[in-house]
Amino acid sequence: MVERYKMINIAMQAANNNLALKLSSSKQSAKRFTKIESRDVNVYYGNKHALKHVNLSVYKNEVTALIGPSGCGKSTFLRCLNRMNDVIDICKVTGKITLDDYDIYNSSLDVVQLRARVGMVFQKPNPFPKSIYDNIAYGPRIHGIAYGKAELDEIVQNCLDRAGLWKEVSDRLEQPGTNLSGGQQQRLCIARAIAVNPEVILMDEPCSALDPIATARIEELIEELRENFTIIIVTHSMQQAARVSQRTAFFHLGELLEVGDTKTIFTNPINSCTQGYITGRFG
Amino acid sequence: MNNTLSTSLNKSASSQTIRLPDFSGSHLAKRYASERRFRILGIASVGVAGIILLILLSSIVSKGYSAFWLHKVELNITFSAEVLNPDGSTLEEVKLKQANYLALIHNALKEKFPAAVGNRRKIRMLYGMIAPKADLVLRDMVLSNPSLIGTTKKVLLKLSDDWDSLSKGFINRDLPESDRRIKDLEINWHDQLQSEGHIHSVFNADFFTTGDSRNPEEAGIYSSLIGSILTLTVTLLISFPLGVMSAIYLEEFAPNNRFIDFIEININNLAAVPSVVFGVLGLAVFLNFFGLPRSAPLVGGLVLALMTLPTIIIAARSALKAVSPSIREAALSLGASPLQVVTHHVLPMAMPGILSGTIIGMAQALGETAPLLMIGMVAFIVDIPRTFTDPATVMSVQVYIWSDSPERAFVERTSAGIMVLLGFLVLMNAAAILLRKRFEFRW
Repeated sequence: MVERYKMINIAMQAANNNLALKLSSSKQSAKRFTKIESRDVNVYYGNKHALKHVNLSVYKNEVTALIGPSGCGKSTFLRCLNRMNDVIDICKVTGKITLDDYDIYNSSLDVVQLRARVGMVFQKPNPFPKSIYDNIAYGPRIHGIAYGKAELDEIVQNCLDRAGLWKEVSDRLEQPGTNLSGGQQQRLCIARAIAVNPEVILMDEPCSALDPIATARIEELIEELRENFTIIIVTHSMQQAARVSQRTAFFHLGELLEVGDTKTIFTNPINSCTQGYITGRFG
Repeated sequence: MNNTLSTSLNKSASSQTIRLPDFSGSHLAKRYASERRFRILGIASVGVAGIILLILLSSIVSKGYSAFWLHKVELNITFSAEVLNPDGSTLEEVKLKQANYLALIHNALKEKFPAAVGNRRKIRMLYGMIAPKADLVLRDMVLSNPSLIGTTKKVLLKLSDDWDSLSKGFINRDLPESDRRIKDLEINWHDQLQSEGHIHSVFNADFFTTGDSRNPEEAGIYSSLIGSILTLTVTLLISFPLGVMSAIYLEEFAPNNRFIDFIEININNLAAVPSVVFGVLGLAVFLNFFGLPRSAPLVGGLVLALMTLPTIIIAARSALKAVSPSIREAALSLGASPLQVVTHHVLPMAMPGILSGTIIGMAQALGETAPLLMIGMVAFIVDIPRTFTDPATVMSVQVYIWSDSPERAFVERTSAGIMVLLGFLVLMNAAAILLRKRFEFRW
């Protein structure tokens, strides 16, 4: 069955993308501005072809959700966008990914600068084993964002405030970030990511280790952050994708099967495989 | 229809019997027994190790504690001007330095035991009561206070090593006289002095302030302690930075290729090379090729650094490896450069482990003897080394030298030396634990 879906899907994929683009452009063409564009991206882990011919545009100030069953390449794709895959020796990336029309795999590009522009929040909260203050202040410090202690204090307060954490931790900034609860830690990580003023924030299943209340808090936060950042979020929760994202991309077996406005994907998916996944019939 | 279905179900149930976990009988008893057995074995092995350690320590302490004090005899010394200044000339310092202070002691002894006078054998015995360099004490007294001349004063003088052993009760009085180093007459004198309260037990400060000596009562651990400190300083200064840098490079930056694999294998092999081989290397390279001074802490430190390096590299690498990759990812994703990731996050988090490995390596180096013998640190060192190129010996070698000496009093000094060595080791470990505490954090 899946094989048959695949055959059809490959044939339809280009049309889908075009359609999705047309749909979106017909609705809000004036507002949308392409922030990240990937063209024919392939990723290989040694001999394994992990990501196949992915063409995806990510629009500015929108939340793009990447969904799909485990091992389909969502996280791999996400990690291509800030070149975190460079760390893995056997990983090879081909194709072209542009950020504001600049090829991020260009050999003259400084990866450190790219990562300062494209922040990331991980599945498992990973605060540094330092104080809450130092967790936030680390990025601004290494990038010379703050001039003086007063400015740094302001940045820390501002970021914690935006991450909805200020009220909870303002009286214990000197305590280790690792002492916070899971949800607070994840918000701390988000605050840490926005302290560098990135343009794009990548989130790799940021709520998978959290309870529903912490999840709701983070989803609210994502909605607020959308105003200033472009967000790409990998999630296993259909509901979450439907709630927080404006656009959704469905990955399956390393391929991007369907991409479009979240509403369209969830109400009227073109690809039957997508339909099967979002309605819970497989995956 | 219904009937057949139920029978067929029954059949399939009986053919594939569903077994519940076996909570009863022998299965459970076996599990409990094996767990109990494991716990008993564990406690037993810890107990055996503890007992062996206890035996070792108690034997060292029981043999060595007596070296921390010694006995002195109180004599009425007459600083007679005729002996010190036979010409009757003015008191010049030069003369006082060369005066015959030994005669003062001999006079006092003769006065105390007049019966010995006239018998050369007895006189020699009597003179042998006092430690060979005791006259220097009198000289220093007179030099600092020349007005003593012409007066009589009670002075405490060190007993010789044999007499000291007698006072400590190490001489078996039941042996026939011919088998004893201390004869009956001496025992009588000793008992007389003791009953009159002239023999005093005092803290052996010289043991901690002087260098080696042929006379056990003069021998001290201080010069070799300084030698150890100088040598270990060189070792630490060389092996710690080199080891940590190599570990960081190999673990965090080195490409994955055959050459690096080859280096890794060699480091692991180096850790297992017998230490005396490093001594031969040091002799051939540092002394013969580079012409560095023999018996110097500098060379000893270099040799021990070579020996310690693999230990530190291996420990540091495993400590670096143990740092969670999520911390590296977090730092990288904020735009930290690879070097910043290491210096700001990975290295501080790995520091406790690195320090543990370093202290293990340094403890090994502290107790090492064989490679130092090869580069001449087995020398007889009386002076306290001041620089890294002065001739020196280290505590472990000092213990080795003393253990080889025939005098009875060196036995207790050997054990006392080991105690000082262990004390130094405990201090080093304590410093490492304090440093660890400073770097440690809660997760």
